[in-house]
Amino acid sequence: MRANFIFSEVWIGLRRNLTMTIAVVITVAVGMAMLGVGLMINAQVGMMKGYWDDEVEVSVFVCNRGTAIEACNGKAITPTQLKALDAHIRGTQGVKDVLFEDQTTAYKNFAESFASNKALVDATKVEDMPQSFRIKIADPDNYQSVIQAMEGQPGVAQVVDQQELIAPFFNMLDKLSFSALALAIVLVLAAALLIGNTVRLSAFNRRRETGIMRLVGASNLYIQLPFVMEGVIAGLIGGVFAAVILIVTKVLLFDELTGFFVAQSTAQLGWDAVASTITITMAIGVIICVLASFVTLRRYLRV
Amino acid sequence: MIHFDNVTKVYANQNRAALDHVSVDVDKGEFVFLVGPSGSGKSTFLRLILKEERPNSGAIHVAGKDLARLSNFKVPHLRRRIGCVFQDFRLLPNKNVYENVAFALEVIGKPRRFIRKVVPEVIELVGLEGKAHRMPDELSGGEQQRVAMARAFVNRPMILLADEPTGNIDPATSIGIMKVLDRINRTGTTVVMATHDAAIVDSMRKRVVELEDGKIVRDQSRGVYGQAY
Repeated sequence: MRANFIFSEVWIGLRRNLTMTIAVVITVAVGMAMLGVGLMINAQVGMMKGYWDDEVEVSVFVCNRGTAIEACNGKAITPTQLKALDAHIRGTQGVKDVLFEDQTTAYKNFAESFASNKALVDATKVEDMPQSFRIKIADPDNYQSVIQAMEGQPGVAQVVDQQELIAPFFNMLDKLSFSALALAIVLVLAAALLIGNTVRLSAFNRRRETGIMRLVGASNLYIQLPFVMEGVIAGLIGGVFAAVILIVTKVLLFDELTGFFVAQSTAQLGWDAVASTITITMAIGVIICVLASFVTLRRYLRV
Repeated sequence: MIHFDNVTKVYANQNRAALDHVSVDVDKGEFVFLVGPSGSGKSTFLRLILKEERPNSGAIHVAGKDLARLSNFKVPHLRRRIGCVFQDFRLLPNKNVYENVAFALEVIGKPRRFIRKVVPEVIELVGLEGKAHRMPDELSGGEQQRVAMARAFVNRPMILLADEPTGNIDPATSIGIMKVLDRINRTGTTVVMATHDAAIVDSMRKRVVELEDGKIVRDQSRGVYGQAY
């Protein structure tokens, strides 16, 4: 009886305010989708950072004969220097693992990378390849100290930090997620105002009914619940649309995009992450609808 | 049943009091006419009983409850024991007679079986048997007021407040309305009726409380409307 009554009232209210309801649904959908995309970019950035932190190395190139770098003075590194450098690297704090890549290995890697350009591979000799130490860093955020320890060591030609190469990419992703979240806040605010307005229109449309309900002693909950439910249902429908948008975004954008940068699927945003994002956005959407409805009703449906 | 003790009500932004130190007692089962010119405080008196307004000073007791100490949360329960009828009927135009009366019970959560039992009874009590499925715009003014009375009485309130119930109705039909009110009163319900209708007051010979400028100027049992009018 009670549920029946309230749902028929809600249905009448939603139908009478159809255009406002549609406006609410669209705003909530876009707002929540933006919020979700922002959260998903954040999660993706976190995962990719974790992935790259494991992969990224600091490369210490040592001098070769004829290396055109001032520190080398045109002389190749001596075996004693090489030994000393190896010991120095292993003794440096923050170094997790060291791998020495000699000219033969470097040439093999080079030949693999440029297999399509046979002329280039043929023109390059093993002696042309640089030798390098590949250092894995224990704490990827503190690689600066390791780099400083390597620079200026005898026989070191150049220290290359791969982290610097991918930093701009992460910066861009951070900015994207920030913009999405900022847009989401604005849209959520607009949604709250729209819901308030819809509920106010609804309350005005049904002031005759609510007046009688008050007179015959209906409880506040009974009077207000249909209006709050209207907001909640509009919010939920918006949330469902937002969920669809998020799923499409994951398939068309995230999976495509991360395919370029990350080889392993472990760094791809999983469906569980999408599901939790959808849950969060839905919950936020519904809470905002309830709050906006209640605040409006406080003003327009006094006891 | 209704007890006003030195009640004063001044509306915001007005310097004249709508009710000025009013003290009245209405016992259980009484029938009281509230008379006086427009703006004399009759409607304010009724609104105070429903706790739609709060007095500036003085105490009001309704059905044994001190309204000043009644929390907002409990106000709906007070109103369930008070029925209300107005000059403008206040029916829902998109519901028929039966639905209008049933609405009052639905919104306080009464079970459907109970509603199906009592609504036809009360429709018969107000003399509308056979018209349960008419819409309000198919009824005369007098019939619409009977629907309003059925709605006010369907929950068997202890008090029935009527604010000029015959104000929009011709004198002949008014007699029928008064008969229904009298019938409701005979079931033990206290009736307070604000009115301008001298003929009705004179013919009923019930208690009359006269207000003027917010003050009680007369309180007679078995009174008439008054010579001045």
